[in-house]
Amino acid sequence: MSEMAISEAQETRAGPGQGSGIRIMLSRSLARIGRYALVRLLTIGIAVVIGILLTIFIANWGGHLDELKKAEISYGVMVALRERPEWRILPREERDAIYQEMVAIERARRGLDRPFLVRTPGYLISALTLDLGRAAHMTSPSGSSQVRLIILELLPATLVLFGPANLLLFFLALFGALFLSRRYGSKLDKAIIALAPTSAAPAWFYGLFLILIFAVVLGWLPFGGMVEAPPPPTIWGYALSLLEHLVLPVTAIVISAVFVNIYSWRTFFLIHSSEDYVEMARAKGLRSGAIERKYVLRPTLPPIIMQFALTLIFMWMGAIILETIFGWPGLGRQMYRAIRGGETPVIVGITIIFAYLLAATLFIIDIIFALVDPRVKVGAERRV
Amino acid sequence: MRQGLRQLMRYPAAVVGLAIIGILIVVAIWTVIAIPYSEAIRLWRGGGGIWEESPRTAWPRWINLLPWENRPTTIIVCSTEVGEKTVRPLAEGISEVEIVLPFDFTYDGFPQEVTIFFAAEYDERPPHVEITWVTPDGREIRVGEITAVGAYRMSQDAHLTRRLGGKPAHIGLFADPAAEDLPIKGEYALRLEGWLFEEDADLDARLVVYGQVHGLAGTDHLRRDLMVGLSWGIPVALAFGVLAAVGAQISTFLLAAIGVWYGKWVDGAFRWLTQVNIILPMVPILIMVGMFFSRSIWVILGVVILLSIFSSSYFVLRAMFLQIKESPYIEAARAYGAGSSRIIFRYLCPKIIPVLLPQFVMIIPTFVFLEASLAVLGLGDPLLPTLGKIIYDARANAAIYRGWEYWIVQPALILLVMGLGFAMVGYTLDRVFNPRLRQI
Repeated sequence: MSEMAISEAQETRAGPGQGSGIRIMLSRSLARIGRYALVRLLTIGIAVVIGILLTIFIANWGGHLDELKKAEISYGVMVALRERPEWRILPREERDAIYQEMVAIERARRGLDRPFLVRTPGYLISALTLDLGRAAHMTSPSGSSQVRLIILELLPATLVLFGPANLLLFFLALFGALFLSRRYGSKLDKAIIALAPTSAAPAWFYGLFLILIFAVVLGWLPFGGMVEAPPPPTIWGYALSLLEHLVLPVTAIVISAVFVNIYSWRTFFLIHSSEDYVEMARAKGLRSGAIERKYVLRPTLPPIIMQFALTLIFMWMGAIILETIFGWPGLGRQMYRAIRGGETPVIVGITIIFAYLLAATLFIIDIIFALVDPRVKVGAERRV
Repeated sequence: MRQGLRQLMRYPAAVVGLAIIGILIVVAIWTVIAIPYSEAIRLWRGGGGIWEESPRTAWPRWINLLPWENRPTTIIVCSTEVGEKTVRPLAEGISEVEIVLPFDFTYDGFPQEVTIFFAAEYDERPPHVEITWVTPDGREIRVGEITAVGAYRMSQDAHLTRRLGGKPAHIGLFADPAAEDLPIKGEYALRLEGWLFEEDADLDARLVVYGQVHGLAGTDHLRRDLMVGLSWGIPVALAFGVLAAVGAQISTFLLAAIGVWYGKWVDGAFRWLTQVNIILPMVPILIMVGMFFSRSIWVILGVVILLSIFSSSYFVLRAMFLQIKESPYIEAARAYGAGSSRIIFRYLCPKIIPVLLPQFVMIIPTFVFLEASLAVLGLGDPLLPTLGKIIYDARANAAIYRGWEYWIVQPALILLVMGLGFAMVGYTLDRVFNPRLRQI
């Protein structure tokens, strides 16, 4: 990963030198950013569609989606028939025959007797809109068994955990890297560098140890969950309890990625602070803060953000298991429960929402990238 | 390259990392030889009473190395080896049998269970015995009269528990009447007095006093020795990590070389596919594969490789290949008429291998932990023991809340050490082979 960023850094190196000379009207660069954003949105959108298509193919390989549809039809037919007053009077065989016939008609109407490829567009649209019917046993926090509601009601919990954790991770790593690049070669620097390999293990793994140490042995922090039970009545109490429950999972996320990011970003800073133009700025007598902001941070931000995007994508993958370990009532733990309960529609739905989350992350990163990368703003050749 | 490796040995982190990897490889090879694949599966499935003599969720033996710990180990006394057995024929083919099974108990804690396994030979009427428990202080506790067939699990006998004042046999039979929560140390004996009702009938008994510690790694809730799982987990994790890394890295590497060499739409298509692939949620897709098709570790490995063909390292490698493509020796090769495939495989690829190596080493733990993650979610290989599956079992049985920390910490530590080993070597390789890092 580090080389990627380094090669990016290399491409960017000429950035501030050229960019500062050229003055372009603000509106023009805004239009450029807008066009860039649109192109990225389209690319990412198409990628999401392909990803979801693949998900559908995998899920339907063994006919799982069809079975879901069939189950839904049977359920609907049964409910409709039961409501008719004459239904109870009919003899059993006749009822069965009517039921079978209605199910067959309904299946034909929905096109379940046609080949799978023909039906794919329909599946794709219902998957894109998370219209996946009902879960067999699972319910959302508000009691609905609609897959869409189950997923959308749990999404905030996941975002509450991963949003702040990743922001903290980013800024901690950024300032840590800046701090260490100033103290290159010191004992602290060496210690942090020696810790970089710890990032080989994912966040959930450190979660196991954190729970063991801080919840089981020391008893300082809660084992898991999002708030204490029963939830505190006041807003302040709720927030406090939420914060208390956030400490361990956020720490696990930060530990699992902070050292490697500090390590590689520090390396960028070191490479860039030995550039000629930085020497020049120093010779001019600029303050070190200004040098860092304008001459070191500016050109290194794009590769740093690129690298952080990859970290984020990796992190989303770990969400399922991290939430499971910490009993965090978000999408990940729901996925775990769905696996154990064999709830196919929920699994497919959460896979799709993860594709959306990844896409949204990439898009946001792209926009930030456009804002910090002068090549997008001035419209220079993007790549060789 | 060779020079680079020599340079590598100058970094202590690399030496430690290489040592870890070396030890793990030796352990892996030893395990595969000592416990063959089919044997490992058989042991881990655990049918047919393979593990009936080991205790449940027992701590590893090394816990007794702590000066304040003295937990009981499992004691097995068999009438064919240690115990005394006397058979006295009475009239009409009936004979009287007496078996005494003595054992020493010198621990500070109570055992976990007490069970007698009978091995009776008879045609129609099984032997019948009366069981007496003799404690070191000379008390004789009458346990009961039973038909001597199969196993008699004394700890689960509700009558006996009631007679011992509500304490199960493994506590009631050992407790010191004076000091309630301490066992009496000394020589215990189990006496069986009974009758054989047939001419050729015979009876042997085996007393198993299950301890609280077992083996080097402890046992799980199904009495399986964790040593089997932990030692087999190492080759499985290594094989998965290395194969996935080879598949993923080499395919991306070749694709990057081809993409850069042919350029234009080939490169464009590859780049686009890579961007699509980055968005694919890998873990959920693997979960679906595990749910709907197969949990076999080899199927999962195949899917992981397929999903990593267009991995994000395409961009990194592409940037490097672009630089090399412009170098004079490629131009020279082209000038003397080398074909595309010759240039790609003989001139472009070898140049990048030193840069590929650190990435390759660093990505191995990612896949090792990926496999462990799936196993911890309950989608581990159905047959093979893996480190992730042990963690899953431990979590499913709430191990860390019930004082069975060894169960979760041991596999986790092995994973951690494995990850650290590869990462340490990888980072050092990066520093040695990456010229931009070397100058710092």
